[in-house]
Amino acid sequence: MTSLDRFVESFLNPKLMLRYWPDIAQGMIVTVEIALAVLATGLALGLALALSRSYRIAPVSAAIVVFVDVFRALPPLVLILIIYFGLPNVGVNLSAFAVLWLVLSLVLAAFAEEALWAGILSVRRGQWDAARSTGLGFGAALVHVVLPQAVRLAIPPLTNRTIAITKNTALGAVIGVGEVINQAQTAVSFSGNATPLMMAALGYLAIFAPVVALGAFVEKRFAWRRA
Amino acid sequence: MEVLAQQFFNLDVMIRAWPLILQGFGMTVLLCLAVIPLGLIGGLAVASASLSKSRALRWTVKGFNDVFRALPPLVVLILLYSGLPFAGIRLSPFAAVCLAFFLNNSSFYGEIYRAGIESIGRGQWEAARSTGLNAPQTFAYVILPQAVRNVIPDLVSNTVEVVKLTSIASVVSFTELVYAADMARSVTFNTSPIVLAALIYLVILWPVVRLMSRLEHRVAG
Repeated sequence: MTSLDRFVESFLNPKLMLRYWPDIAQGMIVTVEIALAVLATGLALGLALALSRSYRIAPVSAAIVVFVDVFRALPPLVLILIIYFGLPNVGVNLSAFAVLWLVLSLVLAAFAEEALWAGILSVRRGQWDAARSTGLGFGAALVHVVLPQAVRLAIPPLTNRTIAITKNTALGAVIGVGEVINQAQTAVSFSGNATPLMMAALGYLAIFAPVVALGAFVEKRFAWRRA
Repeated sequence: MEVLAQQFFNLDVMIRAWPLILQGFGMTVLLCLAVIPLGLIGGLAVASASLSKSRALRWTVKGFNDVFRALPPLVVLILLYSGLPFAGIRLSPFAAVCLAFFLNNSSFYGEIYRAGIESIGRGQWEAARSTGLNAPQTFAYVILPQAVRNVIPDLVSNTVEVVKLTSIASVVSFTELVYAADMARSVTFNTSPIVLAALIYLVILWPVVRLMSRLEHRVAG
């Protein structure tokens, strides 16, 4: 057997690829599900927080700043372990899937709030004044005039963070969420072969390469950069 | 409330876990001292390669960046740690983490340097070359210092992410902060050791995070 044959045998074994393909595909579905759920709740919560902060009610703003800082400073893995192992002992039982979704949503919300708030701050004062002088109330000026500009200014940092945080779905493997890398590790221990790991890597590339490309497209098409 | 405090902020448990956690923290610091410089140097290599005249080299770098932007770092780490032994290469947990972080961070730091280098006007190159500096000298003495200064906020923010990311080393049984805390948790059946680890991350990273967001808002405003 040549060394190339041996490499193919242990990393790209066609027989094992066929056998474990359904497991990896199942894991890919779980990964996509969590990523989409995190995307929806994380961005929505981040937006809600940024809008709430615009009203500049001191205690509300202070609470938002503390939340954002804490979730930006802590590693997501630490949060996952605290919630996953801590909550059952105080009588709250969440599935591993729910814990992963909750933690990543909160982390994404923190980063999204930060980016959107920076965007809202950088919309020029005159835009507010002009909007209010046409008779729009504060809320209407915020939603219809300031926010659309703020979102476009926030897009470049937001796309990068969003991609990084959805990739963190892989952390689910640590608490037994059946996503791609978890399925692959199980398959490796059953087959004694590295082929499932290579399949997992290809699976992630298949999921996230289009996401990265989409992020680049959104940046090019919608983002504004202020000189 | 009582139960919550018992479970998450149990002082007795924290005190008992402290020596173990402190050891883990030492390993986290050691890991950071290894992977941050490795990433900064690797990133410089990636950024210089992406400026190269050779098309093959530029495309290689682009492919490298695309792969590592799409692969979760944890997957890279598991691939190296559990995959390489099948090719007869057995890495220690520390070596596997260093290699995985080197690959991943070189790509991310490289993109930041590249943005900085692209922000420096053509005229700087031409002026430097016309004084008699050659291309590498121009890059090292004129372009790079200005480029780095322009992207310091991004370098700092990426470094915060790297420090947080060292927590995944626990997955391959490298005995850093999170691994030590989780070990203490499994012995005491109590979550307080992990809360203690979280507090350590907070104490170190919160000031940096605060500073970053103030800088960002000042630039924006």
